[in-house]
Amino acid sequence: MKVLSRLYVALILLFLYAPVAVMIFFSFNSGSSVWVFSGFSLDWYNGLFHDETLMEALKHTVIIAFLSAIISTVIGTAAAVGILAFRKRVSKKMMMSATNIPMMNADIVTGISLMLLFIFFGKLLGLKESLGFITVLIAHITFNLPYVILSVMPKLKQTDPNLAEAALDLGCTPVKAFFKVVLPSISSGIFTGAIMAFTLSLDDFVISYFTCGHYQTLPIVIYNMTKKTVTPDVYALSTLIFIVVFVLLVLYNVIQNKSDKRRGVR
Amino acid sequence: MKRKSFGSRLVASPYIVWAAIFIIVPLLIMVYFAFTDQSGSFTLANISMIGKYKKAFGLSILYAACATVITLLLAYPMAYCMTKMKISSQRMILVIVMLPMWMNFLIRTYSWITILANTGLINTFLQKIGLNPVQLINTPGAVILGMVYDFIPYMILPIYTVMSKIDNSLLEAASDLGSNSFSKLRRVILPLSLPGVISGITMVFVPSVSTFYISQKLGGNKTLLIGDAIEFLFNHGPDYYNVASALSLVLMAMILICMAIMNRFTDSDEGGVII
Amino acid sequence: MEKHNIVELKDISVSFDGEKVLDGLNLSIEDREFITLLGPSGCGKTTTLRLIAGFLEPDEGTVIFEGKNLNGVPAYKRQVNTIFQRYALFPHLNVYENVAFGLRVKKMKEKEIKEKVTEMLSLVNLSGFEKRNIDTLSGGQQQRVAIARAIANRPKVLLLDEPLAALDLKLRKDMQKELRKIQRQLGITFIFVTHDQEEALTMSDRVVVMDGGKIQQVGSPQDIYNEPQNAFVADFIGESNIVDGIMLKDRYVEFSGHRFDCLDAGFDTNEAVDVVVRPEDVDIVEPQNGMLTGTVTSVAFLGVHYEIIVDIGGFKWMIQTTDEHRVDEKVGLFIEPDAIHIMKKSKYSGLYGDYSSYSEEHEHLSDVCEEE
Repeated sequence: MKVLSRLYVALILLFLYAPVAVMIFFSFNSGSSVWVFSGFSLDWYNGLFHDETLMEALKHTVIIAFLSAIISTVIGTAAAVGILAFRKRVSKKMMMSATNIPMMNADIVTGISLMLLFIFFGKLLGLKESLGFITVLIAHITFNLPYVILSVMPKLKQTDPNLAEAALDLGCTPVKAFFKVVLPSISSGIFTGAIMAFTLSLDDFVISYFTCGHYQTLPIVIYNMTKKTVTPDVYALSTLIFIVVFVLLVLYNVIQNKSDKRRGVR
Repeated sequence: MKRKSFGSRLVASPYIVWAAIFIIVPLLIMVYFAFTDQSGSFTLANISMIGKYKKAFGLSILYAACATVITLLLAYPMAYCMTKMKISSQRMILVIVMLPMWMNFLIRTYSWITILANTGLINTFLQKIGLNPVQLINTPGAVILGMVYDFIPYMILPIYTVMSKIDNSLLEAASDLGSNSFSKLRRVILPLSLPGVISGITMVFVPSVSTFYISQKLGGNKTLLIGDAIEFLFNHGPDYYNVASALSLVLMAMILICMAIMNRFTDSDEGGVII
Repeated sequence: MEKHNIVELKDISVSFDGEKVLDGLNLSIEDREFITLLGPSGCGKTTTLRLIAGFLEPDEGTVIFEGKNLNGVPAYKRQVNTIFQRYALFPHLNVYENVAFGLRVKKMKEKEIKEKVTEMLSLVNLSGFEKRNIDTLSGGQQQRVAIARAIANRPKVLLLDEPLAALDLKLRKDMQKELRKIQRQLGITFIFVTHDQEEALTMSDRVVVMDGGKIQQVGSPQDIYNEPQNAFVADFIGESNIVDGIMLKDRYVEFSGHRFDCLDAGFDTNEAVDVVVRPEDVDIVEPQNGMLTGTVTSVAFLGVHYEIIVDIGGFKWMIQTTDEHRVDEKVGLFIEPDAIHIMKKSKYSGLYGDYSSYSEEHEHLSDVCEEE
């Protein structure tokens, strides 16, 4: 039974990683084919770093991810705190339903509805270009917000309400009590929400596709690259992204394991 | 009783404004577009255009359903096997499963072309061992494979999360009451892991049914899914916005109906998704 | 030196969702006393504490602190500190920082903070624990940190909300003594909330027995035990046999078909009253020598004594005795005049004090009563 279950896990992992392995392999191809390997080279990687559109898009992606993560984390955390303080169950429920819409809805519908809104307002304001940096940013904040709220809220619910009261009791004003006591105890939820927002934003293609105009992010450039005949440059780029993500994830886990171990000393 | 509320409700107001303008209003605008013509007067013509896209809708649902079922069949045993491992191994495998999730799905879809293409790895291999090449790319199978591959982590993860939280003493109690492994799975693990399954199904079905990239890359021009149709129309300029909005609206309604049906199986009152 | 009242509650009413939690409560708390609010859950004791702490505002009435009206003064401006039931220690701070929290808020100098924290930790026997994380401490140690944190601020009044409820029996007894010691040492007022009557009796200068949002009785532990004012208090504090009686004249009462001399006076002639007899005050004698006679229906051995239930004309009495008796044995009961306590009738009459449905596990099921 144990062997069988291990074999199964191995097979699924093989399925998940076979295409990745193929991709990495062909990114080192010296030829321009993605199925005939003609020799090892780093040409495609070299090419990437001299591709101005690509570098520009990378910059855009990071800027958008960073800003949208920060803004959505601030608004979302405040929202979680506020929504939990709602007195009426109905209004709480209504807010949560509205929050769930962007998560449940298909990306394409969210993207299109936002695009229509931006175009609508663009026309109203008489803008020549209604889509661009601001609209992508707004779109990203919009789809990030539910994830931030839903990762902060459970932490907030777990927090002993007496903690805040204890701080008040010891002389803190309500605002001070929030920052000194409540915030530290929900910090892991805020952190998770921010990381989630950041990665979702880095990764997003569909919603950016409909709202970015000429402000191209990396996924948009990748999309445009895959429209042409297939060459290993896309693979080289993907391999780089893979390595970056891999390193980040490993680091994250090492840090988490360490802090777990530290906490584990009893 | 005047409870001194600590978290002031006011701090939610930026979000309430944001949600109203960027979640609710856009959907209303979409509805507006769907029910008007280019001059802005009311019409049902856009909605009735759906007849022309019957096939695209049908195919989308069919492919997405197939992909969802296959994903579930693959992911459920995977999640189960994972929970049976050592905690440290579970952690490691979890990271390995999640890793592709953090990679762009465009890239992951694209890499299948190398494997499936007519001159790709599989067909090259077949030719080497003296067999005839098989048409793999640009087939419905390839599209479904792409969906399964892209979204399987979203199925494994919620099921695993729910399963790993099942209290071991419940399983011991079941054994104690005479359950063998199979009936334990059927009577205890399966019902308790249902919320994970439901959220996995939604997380795979929704992006599958609305995709346009996977069908474009792996299905060639042969398969037109509803996502393709919407994307195509929007890219053809403002003249087509009304029809495209109508299609989006129907797609959204369809997804909502599917989810409502799914949600009848669970009674989670939070309405949140387990991620 | 005359004692003055440090906290006064005047005509306090609080309701929550239309339900009255506190109903016209009046209470004066003296400076430097150890006062305990005692009652079953839902009696309003914790609400009273939260009113004084400032986490709640009363719907009606005023909270007065050192002669000043506290209504509308936020919690962080009040000179009281609270020890919470589950301690509410800040998990992200270590022991030192938890104790220093209030001092830091006051912007005290680092040197003074250090002195103060060291002093407080030695007071609660936790010297050397400064750098420890909160989640590495045992329940008892966390309790001590909570005490140190609250008294570091030198409050005039310390509020304790069932602080010992989470500790096991042995530790609880130790902490009771220690809290009492700390209270004497610091000379600050302690307002202690508990549902444990034994805890209330052993620790307090005065006990406030509460039920249904009202004060049932205020007095010293001895008063509360020996002179309960109604059937609720008699039943809640210790064990009691409560029977219907008729006051024939001063110091002469009839119950269970027999007339007894007693010490109580001041009732109307032939007034219907509740009669309380504590189980340990009844002597068991030969049937022919007894004032009352009955049949033993159950016997439980509790170590120090036996607890036996005797059926006297359908009413079940609980009697504690060191002698062994058998079920179905006929016994006589002898009751001294000073063992009889007479109470006015109240809304609690007839609800408590009969042991017919009594069993070890269901001590508080006594409101299911079969006989009136």
